[in-house]
Amino acid sequence: MTKLTDLSVTAALIGLENKEFSAVDLAKETLKEIENKKDLNAFSVDTSDFAIKQAAQSDKKRADGKAGVIEGIPVGVKDLFCTKGFSSTACSKILNGFTPTYESTVTTNLFAAGGIMIGKTNMDEFAMGSGNLNSSNGIVKNPWTRKDDNKVLVPGGSSGGSSAAIAARLCQGALGTDTGGSIRQPASFTGITGIKPTYGRCSRYGMIAFASSLDQAGVFARSSKDCALLLEAIAGYDKKDSTSINKPVDNYISMITGDVKGKKIGIPKEYQSDKMQGEVNDYWQKAAKFFEELGAETIEISLPNTKYALPVYYIIAPAEASSNLARYDGVRYGHRAELPSGASLDDMYELTRSEGFGDEVKRRIMIGTYVLSAGYYDAYYKKAQKVRTLIANDFKQAFSKVDFVLTPTAPTSAFAVDEKMDPVTMYLNDVFTVPASLAGLPAMSLPVGLDKQNMPLGMQLIAPAFEEGKLLNAAFALEQAIGFNHKPGEVQ
Amino acid sequence: MSLTKEQVKKIAKLGRIRLKAEQEDEFTGEINQILDWVTMLQEVNTDGVEQMTSVVNVSLPMREDKITDGDIQEDVLANAPDAKFGCYVVPKVVE
Repeated sequence: MTKLTDLSVTAALIGLENKEFSAVDLAKETLKEIENKKDLNAFSVDTSDFAIKQAAQSDKKRADGKAGVIEGIPVGVKDLFCTKGFSSTACSKILNGFTPTYESTVTTNLFAAGGIMIGKTNMDEFAMGSGNLNSSNGIVKNPWTRKDDNKVLVPGGSSGGSSAAIAARLCQGALGTDTGGSIRQPASFTGITGIKPTYGRCSRYGMIAFASSLDQAGVFARSSKDCALLLEAIAGYDKKDSTSINKPVDNYISMITGDVKGKKIGIPKEYQSDKMQGEVNDYWQKAAKFFEELGAETIEISLPNTKYALPVYYIIAPAEASSNLARYDGVRYGHRAELPSGASLDDMYELTRSEGFGDEVKRRIMIGTYVLSAGYYDAYYKKAQKVRTLIANDFKQAFSKVDFVLTPTAPTSAFAVDEKMDPVTMYLNDVFTVPASLAGLPAMSLPVGLDKQNMPLGMQLIAPAFEEGKLLNAAFALEQAIGFNHKPGEVQ
Repeated sequence: MSLTKEQVKKIAKLGRIRLKAEQEDEFTGEINQILDWVTMLQEVNTDGVEQMTSVVNVSLPMREDKITDGDIQEDVLANAPDAKFGCYVVPKVVE
């Protein structure tokens, strides 16, 4: 018999509806599996009692004919979301002990749609990182391992706990957030599917801020259809977030037909890179070919400012972060340093922030402080904002000719935890994901195959703003054609 | 153009971060590496290009100037490291 935890969201919903098992059964099985795979360190906050309580309520809702879109589905919630009554620290020491007195809009929507918070997932501190190596709760292990060595590999970042949990079958769905690739790159590294919707599609209310003009909530699952259900559950306008867009949410699942006939798929020539693993390029061409076989047309396009995207990002994101993270001063919440007698207010700020922030966060606060400082603002920040406009214009032009853009998600498969990298080399992980983030466009990653080391690789699809439904449909078509059905630990 | 260790210390101070002495060289090196790298933006011609100020090109919504919450003093102070008499407590700032 299939384990309950192996079911897709879609299959689990059918099982629940047909009374083959209850939401409480599913939650209990899921919690058991999480306990069994504790060594992955995918979860950072235990919400099991709450999950069982939610599941019991969910069974009642279903019995009363009031089932939501994802009624009874266990979902891992990234620790970046404020959850009322549960520790929410963004995996930073500086928020130690912080228990929100309010609920984020995304988790409020998730619960209303029937989602069960099965646990809170580990992540890079304040979502800054590409390997989940910067968490105050320790590293997360990728459930996949290479054929030729048994090194511990990263699950990607920053939503590494969410991606590892989905890949290891520890829950059906997971929430993530994506600022420069924090959903798509982990999805690629762990052989699962993840979507970052259009900027403004999901509310940022109660989502701990990193870079406000880039941060966007999204979801992980093991298929496009599952992502469609989960995204529909959390998306929507929220007057508490002035950048959320007042536009009805499409019924994504109904838009998934698998038909991409006549669609135009753009292949940006600037994404060709000699730093890319050979197999990534092979799968990219293969994916394009699949689209052609499905009746779509592939067209070479140009996004001329692509190579400037990462430098733009590493000015804008730290600038916004340095400003957003100024709130952590030891006064209102979280950590406050033990102060020597006679310590001043400034001492309190400095000691608290030095103890509370990790090195990557400190680095970014300092970069941000510098690029915003008098005399350097124009040369760095203002310039970056202008180049950002050019990058967005590149996409605008491209989308006047094509329906989607197809690119690899990351230049390589998952790297090892002990691979030492300088910051800039680490940043290059996001070279393919950052451009869509800067332009605010919806983008997703889906698994397309394994490399020679049996490690999963992902492809990215990018769509025009608010075309999540069409994007999910294109991903579904490719997913069906490719038939990726590998599980970690089962590849020979 | 490279930042000196003194400049990096000043930036840290502005960001209210106290670097450990043994970390100063490392941070200086890494920050300079990042700044050198982002300097490539200077080669882009941005004459006449507007700065991006809104990602999805919408104007900010207006709302009525009305208090919509309040009476949540306990909630606001619930997470304070130190609070007394309905206020946050901080080290003495006035002599």
